[in-house]
Amino acid sequence: MSGFLDIKGLTLRLRGGPTILRSVSLRVASGKVHGLVGESGAGKSTIGKAVLGTLPRAIEITGGEIWLDGVNLLALPPRERRRRIGATAALIPQDPLTALNPSKRIGPQITRRLIDILGWSKADANRRARDILDEVHIPDVARVMRSYPHELSGGMRQRVLIASAFAAEPKLIVADEPTTALDVTVQKQILRLINEMRARHGTALLFVTHDLGVVSKVCNSLSVLYAGKVVEEAQMHRFFTQPIHPYSRALLAATPTYLDPDGSLQPVPAEVIQEVETEVHQHAQRAGYDV
Amino acid sequence: MYEIRNLRLSFPDMAHKPLFGAPPQIEILKGLSFDIPKGVVLGIVGGSGSGKSTLGRAMLRLLEPSSGTIRFDGTDITHLSEPELRPLRRRFQMIFQDPMSSLNPRRQVHGLIAGPLRLHGMEDVTGRVSRALDMVGLPQNFATRYPHELSGGQRQRVGIARALALEPDFILADEIVSGLDVSSQAQVLNLLSQLVDELRMTLAFISHDLSVIRRLCTRVLVLHHGKIVEQAETAALFDAPAADYTRELLAAIPLPDPYQEWA
Repeated sequence: MSGFLDIKGLTLRLRGGPTILRSVSLRVASGKVHGLVGESGAGKSTIGKAVLGTLPRAIEITGGEIWLDGVNLLALPPRERRRRIGATAALIPQDPLTALNPSKRIGPQITRRLIDILGWSKADANRRARDILDEVHIPDVARVMRSYPHELSGGMRQRVLIASAFAAEPKLIVADEPTTALDVTVQKQILRLINEMRARHGTALLFVTHDLGVVSKVCNSLSVLYAGKVVEEAQMHRFFTQPIHPYSRALLAATPTYLDPDGSLQPVPAEVIQEVETEVHQHAQRAGYDV
Repeated sequence: MYEIRNLRLSFPDMAHKPLFGAPPQIEILKGLSFDIPKGVVLGIVGGSGSGKSTLGRAMLRLLEPSSGTIRFDGTDITHLSEPELRPLRRRFQMIFQDPMSSLNPRRQVHGLIAGPLRLHGMEDVTGRVSRALDMVGLPQNFATRYPHELSGGQRQRVGIARALALEPDFILADEIVSGLDVSSQAQVLNLLSQLVDELRMTLAFISHDLSVIRRLCTRVLVLHHGKIVEQAETAALFDAPAADYTRELLAAIPLPDPYQEWA
């Protein structure tokens, strides 16, 4: 089955500077969740931004294709590309406080996109906002629609953003560390909600996180990134039972769990870093871009 | 080391301040009592807003409690004034969550570690700085680097070195690994447990992450809405959590294991 999102050989670099994504390929099918994991600076959020067309100006795309719903976004003129992304994809951001405008009420923040970008009528957009807030289990929807972001708890704000992402029935959602700012108990509710919404709407989900525990709960497959390169791509169960790449094994060994208090916690060993660096270098030479 | 009895702390609630007159008080710590004996590594765990950071700051008297008592090594420090506290301050130190914002970006590592030493009038500053770097496993030539030239894990080692250099009796570590990648986190945790063994440090380790607490701490205190809901030896707490809230916390942790029951 062909992926709903299909990234082929995506290569990015800082304008006039180093390469930051090295020929990244991945696929996310409708209704499936693909995780992007790696340490900070590995390029996992950058992939999400490239898909949503929100890369900073300082970054240029030097190669590859991003196929969304059967269309190569990178072959489209900018206007058309933005229109397609707006109609088919959405983002669940990390920090629910900075992602919401503090001076605007919740209702208009959800409906704005529907009215301005997708051309819905105000009445339709309002009805849709109420329905979708209800769907993410927000109590007293009418009150929340009139509230300002600071009047809601962190978990409620994240529910609002999930509702907002699903409001226009996107085919793909990029979730960028959606629970990193939350408590574990709230995180659990939110992850469950994301899973429930994804299953009901059949949305493809690209899930960016640094937390292997979270990945094991929500993803069907994942890519492990190091220095902008995919070092391992795997189905979820295979990854946790038989990780192949030494860097993947090292990441797992560095993750503490409360079940194993005495087992040794291993930082990623220098040899493994050396090995991945060499791999990245050789790849760069073959592909002919500067490191 | 610490004896804390019926500790209460309130802040004015500015969100509900009437236009005229005093704002209502909101109570953050609601009567906490516990001890930290010498040589114990106490984990303080709780969700956001549970009061764990406020408790830490009250213990170091960065905040003044509304009532109750805090005794540090026999001295009642609950309401001491700043001049009275100053000679004690060397003896309880803090490691901060975010080394990027707690280390002055314009000073080199040497100056960052030496600053507090000079402030407390300690002798042999250079020798102490170099020993502190050794203890946290940073090479001596890092003394001339600036914070932005270090990785996150290295920066956090500087934060630890700065606290250790003063040879304090007690160190408070407030979420010091939550901003780090797993690999740096593993390094910092291994370093801390090694230092705890070697120096027989008394340490309070604030964290929201029970997996991290289990690695490091001998006792655990669980805070919820400003109250202690459970305190126990670490092994006992994980084997048989007594409070509902502790069980809820444990059940919510996603283990890196696709077969974990987590519904």
